[in-house]
Amino acid sequence: MLRLLLQRLVLLVPVLLGLTMLLFAIARLLPGDPVGLAAGPQASPERIEALRKEFGLDRPVWEQYWDYLVNLTQGDLGVSVMSRRPVADDIANFLPATLELVIAALVLAVVAGVPLGLLAAVHKNRAVDHFTRVFSLAALSTPPFFLGLLLQIAFAMSLNMLPLGGRFPIIELPPERVTGLLTVDALIALDWEAYILALKHLALPAITLCISPMATIIGLMRSSTIEILQQDHVRTAHAHGLSPSKIHFKYVLKSAFGATMTVIGLYFGWLLGGTVIVETVFDWPGIGLYATEAIVSQDFLPVIGVALVVGLMFVVSNIVIDLCYLLINPKMRSQ
Amino acid sequence: MSVAEDAPPRSDSFLRRYMSNRVPALALAVVVALFALAAFGEFLTPYPDHIRGAVNMDDRFMSPSAKHPFGTNELGQDVLSLVLGGARISLIAAVSIIALSALIGTVVGAVAGYFGRFADEVLMRLTDLMLTVPSLILAMAVAAALGQGLFNLVVAITLATWPGYARLVRGEVQALKGELFVQAARTMGAGRLRVLFRHVLPNVAPAVIVKMSLEISFAMITVASLGFIGIGVLPPTPEWGSMLSNARSYMPTYWWIAVFPGLAILVSVFAFNLLGEGIRETLDPRGQR
Repeated sequence: MLRLLLQRLVLLVPVLLGLTMLLFAIARLLPGDPVGLAAGPQASPERIEALRKEFGLDRPVWEQYWDYLVNLTQGDLGVSVMSRRPVADDIANFLPATLELVIAALVLAVVAGVPLGLLAAVHKNRAVDHFTRVFSLAALSTPPFFLGLLLQIAFAMSLNMLPLGGRFPIIELPPERVTGLLTVDALIALDWEAYILALKHLALPAITLCISPMATIIGLMRSSTIEILQQDHVRTAHAHGLSPSKIHFKYVLKSAFGATMTVIGLYFGWLLGGTVIVETVFDWPGIGLYATEAIVSQDFLPVIGVALVVGLMFVVSNIVIDLCYLLINPKMRSQ
Repeated sequence: MSVAEDAPPRSDSFLRRYMSNRVPALALAVVVALFALAAFGEFLTPYPDHIRGAVNMDDRFMSPSAKHPFGTNELGQDVLSLVLGGARISLIAAVSIIALSALIGTVVGAVAGYFGRFADEVLMRLTDLMLTVPSLILAMAVAAALGQGLFNLVVAITLATWPGYARLVRGEVQALKGELFVQAARTMGAGRLRVLFRHVLPNVAPAVIVKMSLEISFAMITVASLGFIGIGVLPPTPEWGSMLSNARSYMPTYWWIAVFPGLAILVSVFAFNLLGEGIRETLDPRGQR
């Protein structure tokens, strides 16, 4: 198992190398003038030239790429032309917000999706099944920005129950930063009020984001449960007189969960890069919003940085899922 | 599933088998209606000039009425007309993205799967990488750099979607390469290109068509998402995503400015999703999920 882990970790190096090359190529092949945009329309040609030099944009692409790689080994992702701040610092600042949002959404999706999928399979072609099927399709058909807006209209504007956006009230002092996840930090500081506040801000964005993975999980759980329900060991359990709820929740759930776990791993990566819209709707200060702002000003180092971090986490989360597979399924360990 | 049991005999035409299920048949009707509205909506609405950017400051923020069934926006434009105008952009963009992705993906996937070791290796590594890059961020970055416009929008999203088709086609082609009928054709002296085009690719088509029909809704949402962020088509061309984004400042009082474009996206995407499911079940009744 350790060997497998090492093997996969070593493979990360070429992936990272390829990713930077691909992203650099795309960034440089495209038209666009970050320096001109950053300097503003009134800037003199000399000023633009000076800026270009400062950021090394006057040198050949391969030299820029080499410098980028060398800096990358030291954890340096370059400097944003727009904000003039190191990209790595910015990402470190914004990443926890995105992580918190994605984790919350995935937890919601699993907590609601797994039992619903199981129920749909057990009551196949009955009301629950039809309901979850229509619900899943409707969920996958609703663009996140529309769902987010509807939730805002309902819960923030009309009922005044939850905040419209943001991560924490500006006038309040957030809990001391330990993990960067506000809900966790509030719990560590034993600050109950801050915890409730953070949770209230998190609710609507997390619900908006959880809809699509939830629909997928429901579908997967349903189909793998249907398959498992027909297997011999389930029939044997029934024949032995075990109660249906015990069979379903103890034995079937466990073996049906495998496929779902793979999807959770995939979604973790996808959502990290896919929070862009939700973060824009709810003004959530994560890397999606950061990337959007960089993209609009054609500031390409932050975009590469975000894509790189997201890509890396995507690969790592897949490795983690593979390891979890080994843990819950002993049959695979011998292979 | 029940579809396999009551599926009619094989000799039936594809359309008849597809239409034998009520829900997909309804979805097809909605999709056909959408295309019709996109093509002729301009002639049906009483305010075609609003689609081209005309404003009417006397009639701002009118709530839905007989005169303006979807109300009017902050510029006094008829929201129904704008929604109809947006249908055209949304459909043209989504169809072009899917067609282009499938075309590029099929060519690349077929070459990799059928011919080559080296080409195959390069393709697999490249698509591996493309799959780790967050596709929405990639599409956004390319669209922003190319500048606003329908064509650039299509190019940007296609760049992020074609690798999926390439991988699908490559897998199918590799599987088919070993089949007896392909070997037979080779033994009979057919050239490699002829075998590829006459015998292999036609058998790949169903899988590609299913993927296309399932992904057209994804393309529509992506187009609207880019519009929502503000890097879609050039204003004043009406586009559902950007309409919704503009409307956000007027919530909740003038809800109709946002809700109707939003519903338009929802209904079209829903119809395309059902259509895709129907096509998949018709072409491949044993399909999982």
